[in-house]
Amino acid sequence: MSSIWENANPVKFSRLAGVVLPWVSGFAAVALVVGLVWGFFFTPDDFRQGSTVKIIYLHVPSAMMAINIWAMMLVTSLIWLVRRHHVSVLAAKGAASVGVIMTLIALFTGAVWGQPMWGTWWVWDPRLTSFLILFLFYLGYLALWEAIDNPDTAADLTSVLCIVGSVFALLSRYAVNFWNQGLHQGASVMRAGAVTGTDTEEKVSNIFFYPLFLCIIGFVLLFVALVLLRTRTEIHKRRTKALLAREHLG
Amino acid sequence: MTLTVSDLIVARGGIAVLEGVSFTLKSGRALVIRGPNGIGKTTMLRTIAGLQPPMAGKVDAPEESFAYAAHSDGLKSMLSVEENLRFWASVFGQSDIDGAVQAFDLEDLLPRLAGALSAGQKRRLGLARLLVTGRSIWILDEPTVSLDTQSVARFADAVRAHLAAGGSALIATHIDLGLEGDVLDVGPFKATGHHADPAGFDESFL
Amino acid sequence: MIALLTRDLKLAVRAGGGFGLGLAFFLIVVILVPFSVGPESVLLSRIAPGILWLGALLACLLSLDRILALDWEDGTLDLVATSPLPLEGVVAVKSLAHWITTGLPLVIAAPVFGLLLNLPAPGYVWLILSLAVGTPALSVVGTFGAALTVGLKRGGLLLSLLVLPLYVPTLIFGAELARRGAEGQATTTPLLMLAGITFGAIALLPFASALVLRINLR
Repeated sequence: MSSIWENANPVKFSRLAGVVLPWVSGFAAVALVVGLVWGFFFTPDDFRQGSTVKIIYLHVPSAMMAINIWAMMLVTSLIWLVRRHHVSVLAAKGAASVGVIMTLIALFTGAVWGQPMWGTWWVWDPRLTSFLILFLFYLGYLALWEAIDNPDTAADLTSVLCIVGSVFALLSRYAVNFWNQGLHQGASVMRAGAVTGTDTEEKVSNIFFYPLFLCIIGFVLLFVALVLLRTRTEIHKRRTKALLAREHLG
Repeated sequence: MTLTVSDLIVARGGIAVLEGVSFTLKSGRALVIRGPNGIGKTTMLRTIAGLQPPMAGKVDAPEESFAYAAHSDGLKSMLSVEENLRFWASVFGQSDIDGAVQAFDLEDLLPRLAGALSAGQKRRLGLARLLVTGRSIWILDEPTVSLDTQSVARFADAVRAHLAAGGSALIATHIDLGLEGDVLDVGPFKATGHHADPAGFDESFL
Repeated sequence: MIALLTRDLKLAVRAGGGFGLGLAFFLIVVILVPFSVGPESVLLSRIAPGILWLGALLACLLSLDRILALDWEDGTLDLVATSPLPLEGVVAVKSLAHWITTGLPLVIAAPVFGLLLNLPAPGYVWLILSLAVGTPALSVVGTFGAALTVGLKRGGLLLSLLVLPLYVPTLIFGAELARRGAEGQATTTPLLMLAGITFGAIALLPFASALVLRINLR
């Protein structure tokens, strides 16, 4: 019986990751280069926002990834707690280090974009605030991994933290919305996918959407490549440790 | 009240340290565990006490029959000797502490703060805690550390009385307590490191 | 269980700092705020609910690492884990003891500190109510953080980092409730949310804390 869980064996996963990695990295590079070049040089400036609008090609994908990576960590943490597959929790760890960078990119590009638009680098807008809180969750999660010596203990504790944190992250999102109604425009990308963009004020029109879509694909692939790489590195580290420990035992 | 351990594999830090440990401890008997430092006696006792999961194998004993005592005694220095004992007695649903006080000669110390006791006196108080648990299987990790000869004898008496009352004791120690119990040297159980692949342990990375 | 609670309270009284430490810290925050933002009473009365909530939260945070660390060091947790007490109940009692020694004094003392900050008259009831409803959540969430970091040598900073984002919803709704009360606005939504968070945390988090503690003990 062949099952998808067989690939959760660390050794098998390592081998599989080695085969897949070059392809994913290659596609990620192509999608990102084409998407960014297209977006930056071959789309018109927005009639109100001018060329600053082009930062969406970095801002939107990184912001989407920042949230989705946490959601993925929640799933893989649950899998670890239920099925005890090492690969799962190591993937969560690898994803977190990518996620924290994505959150930083989203915050940074947001500030750079917000400065000319709103006249300030930072406002306590619900969306910005939520991302700041998400950033703190990532930091706490990674710091807990670093602080604990026993890798299985660390895996269990960070997984529980991820689950409890997810509940509180949702609560925070609601609380922050309640606390301040905000400047940030609503997420307009997905609506643009469904509706043909005629109203440039409210939605991202098709002319911006196609390169943006490509950038999003590129970010997703880049994330997959980085997670595969990091997970494999973690597996190799654990393997080295296990071998040394066995040698030590004689 | 029989403790049966079968084919136990205990792990420290995800790596097996002892494997194939099997023994039976009947009521009224004591089993002394011996072995060099670092072989995994403490890990084994913690595993049997249920503080950590075994890597494989089984520990069979009636529910809630263990009283565990290790290097630290769970004493609060700001509470008196009596308050400390009464606290543990009520945690285990008991109310009588007189037997424990007499067995370890603590009458004169009762009103003293535990923080003001010497190391040996603290140890006696920590062992007296075993008597107020009302549990039948004692799991003791190096119980005689910092006890003088007289106190060791007193401790051995307490264990003997416990055995005579139908209890049993699993003791890791280096000194001879003069107990008429069995001895288990865990040296031969040292793990060689070839197991199946139980998920959740580092062995799956090999 | 009751024995555990009385023991913890006794220890807090005898060891000193249990009751006093949080209050003293709260007082320091409240006294220093006018020196840093200026003595203008209009400004002070406007920010009073927020400052009082912030002070209460920081006072709670300060004492979190004492909830479990001492019992960890002297082996009490090992022994309790092998006792008939369910660990979920133990952590719940620990949270309760922390609330009684830290949260409750803050609730009682808050009106006095409100005076110092020119809190508007209608705000007192709401301030007390918001702290009474909200601070238990701070203790319960804090116990979870303490259980996560209990085995660590220098867990204090990490504990603050882990608990910080978890405190955000309670702080927002608590301070918002106190502010709206002081300004005579509708208070139903923040009150319901705050109560919901507190009851949800009390009902569910002890299970997570006990799970985490068991992992740390092995």
